[in-house]
Amino acid sequence: MTVRIFVPADSAAVALDADEVAAAIGKEIVTRNLDATIVRNGSRGLLWLEPMVEVETPGGRLAYGPVAPDDVASLFEADFLSGGSHRLSLGRPEDIPFLARQTRLTFARCGITDPLSLEDYRAHDGLKGLQKALQMTPAAIVETVTNSGLRGRGGAGFPTGIKWKTVLDAAGPQKYIVCNADEGDSGTFADRMIMEGDPFVLIEGMAIAAIATGATRGYIYIRSEYPLAIAVMEQAIEVARMAGILGKSVLGSAHAFDMEVRVGAGAYVCGEETALLDSLEGKRGMVRAKPPLPAHQGFLGRPTVINNVVSLASVPVILDKGAEFYRDFGLGRSRGTMPIQIAGNVRHGGLFEAAFGMTLGELVDDIAGGTASGRPVRAVQVGGPLGAYFPRALFDTPFDYEAFAARDGLVGHAGIVVFDDTVDMLHQARFAMEFCAIESCGKCTPCRVGSVRGVEVIDRIAKNVDIPAQIAVLEDLCNTMKYGSLCALGGFVPYPVMSALKHFPEDFRPTPAVQAAE
Amino acid sequence: MQQDPSAIAEKVIEIVDQNRSREGPLMPILNDVQAEFGCVPAEAIRVIASELNFTRAEVHGVVSFYHDYRTHPAGRHVLKLCRAEACQSMHGDSLAERARALLGIDWHETTPDGSVTLEPVFCLGLCATSPSAMLDGRLIGRLDEAKLERIVEEVRS
Repeated sequence: MTVRIFVPADSAAVALDADEVAAAIGKEIVTRNLDATIVRNGSRGLLWLEPMVEVETPGGRLAYGPVAPDDVASLFEADFLSGGSHRLSLGRPEDIPFLARQTRLTFARCGITDPLSLEDYRAHDGLKGLQKALQMTPAAIVETVTNSGLRGRGGAGFPTGIKWKTVLDAAGPQKYIVCNADEGDSGTFADRMIMEGDPFVLIEGMAIAAIATGATRGYIYIRSEYPLAIAVMEQAIEVARMAGILGKSVLGSAHAFDMEVRVGAGAYVCGEETALLDSLEGKRGMVRAKPPLPAHQGFLGRPTVINNVVSLASVPVILDKGAEFYRDFGLGRSRGTMPIQIAGNVRHGGLFEAAFGMTLGELVDDIAGGTASGRPVRAVQVGGPLGAYFPRALFDTPFDYEAFAARDGLVGHAGIVVFDDTVDMLHQARFAMEFCAIESCGKCTPCRVGSVRGVEVIDRIAKNVDIPAQIAVLEDLCNTMKYGSLCALGGFVPYPVMSALKHFPEDFRPTPAVQAAE
Repeated sequence: MQQDPSAIAEKVIEIVDQNRSREGPLMPILNDVQAEFGCVPAEAIRVIASELNFTRAEVHGVVSFYHDYRTHPAGRHVLKLCRAEACQSMHGDSLAERARALLGIDWHETTPDGSVTLEPVFCLGLCATSPSAMLDGRLIGRLDEAKLERIVEEVRS
């Protein structure tokens, strides 16, 4: 029987030479005249072990990693095709604690299947959600999503079902499903991983959204920094079209739905939903004032569902297994699971999908295993460049939208970036303002001007110029930006700045004279 | 590289025609134009505006808004280094400084021999294997000084 060897084609694996590893394995298969084939799967999300190669044996899949191209010959010599022992042996991937401790609902297939094999997708419960949705009324689908408690996974945490209901109730000859795949927050990569590792689940989620709201057209707006995700999604859409999942009749039903990929051009602010819609229309990506809501007047002024990738990719399992199944995970008003992305200076970085409720400390110390540098953890930024920096004193904060908000932070897209004790928090606060100045769309004054002034004020603090007065100005400026900005870019930049100032005040005090004299 | 305005116009009209029926065709057109010419030439802006019934100012406004669009072609290679937080946490800043020193250029500049343009990028989604870089579309994780020196050697050869 042909042995299947899995070599991830996920960007993170490819960035660590997975393509070269796959080529080396292919060469060995030919030279040794073996009956084996290579599958380029997505990543399981154990990113410190990438490229993680898996072999399908009669006793299940066995993993080896991280595999460098130079390791390939020795793997064959160790007979890894039969599960032979090697210095890179990891055993069954499911038994690796990082994976064993997860609850994989949205990412159930990611890393397991061939991302572009519809046969594989169906064999692993794919399309079951869509098939159920086709037997339901639009109102019943919307109700299921509402009852599941699913909230927007892109950062805002708005209930998905309510968005859908607004579009369902809106009148219009043409409605749209727009997927926001402009995942620009540093420390986040869940959208990229699901698009590269299980693209059909996003297509299925968008098709369900379309049937639920009466939309017939969809767009996936992907950032240009994700070339592999763009390529995989485009191929997957073509496969889905050929198989009748997309087109004039979705799976033989009376519903028509088709979609296409649109590629961004490097503007962070286009991750904000209204700026994204303007960009999709071919304009500068400027934020719109709300109302009108995109649900009423979205793309081209028509009713539009705009959801994040992970929100849409979570819909199929909700339809398949029911609202209660999903809602039973989590706590408070944060229901279901969240794919948490553990990044930065960590020993074990990767994607960790779990029910809401784990504490930040468990994630950083236990799951991530502390820092890669081996030095103490000093700060953890949660939720991307607009998220707050948490000190160790707040590590008891549970992963929950409200709990993070109560501590002047945000869950955001659930990326956590760990810094060791070499981090300079004044520098981080300055970067937050600088980033906002670079990426501001320019529409509202607090963001456009406030960010530039913020950099100047922090520079004066760094130069020991009347620090108490500068801090007063910085606090006032953050207050103006927080309450006066049109969108979350200017409105949330105060989170990293103020948290740095509040939790790490020692970094904002006069520096020793030697440095100051420089 | 085609620089003759009439040749540029001809190709741009072809690209516009391929995208004309799309809803909101401007970004796909600009992406295709940049893929074709390595930049969005002034002549292309004139042609796109005329074909889509926009003013040149409107098209120019879109081109200048997005970081990806160039008014002039880049060097033979483009090296993008991630400057965002996850890469900062793994000392990406000092690597970026090293890159600028090795190449003798600052951000957004091209070496005098035209071999490489250095650009910042804010996140490649490789945040658990940082610092990250992209060389001409090729992704590079766990960038370190040795890898950086090899890249500089490669682009200079």
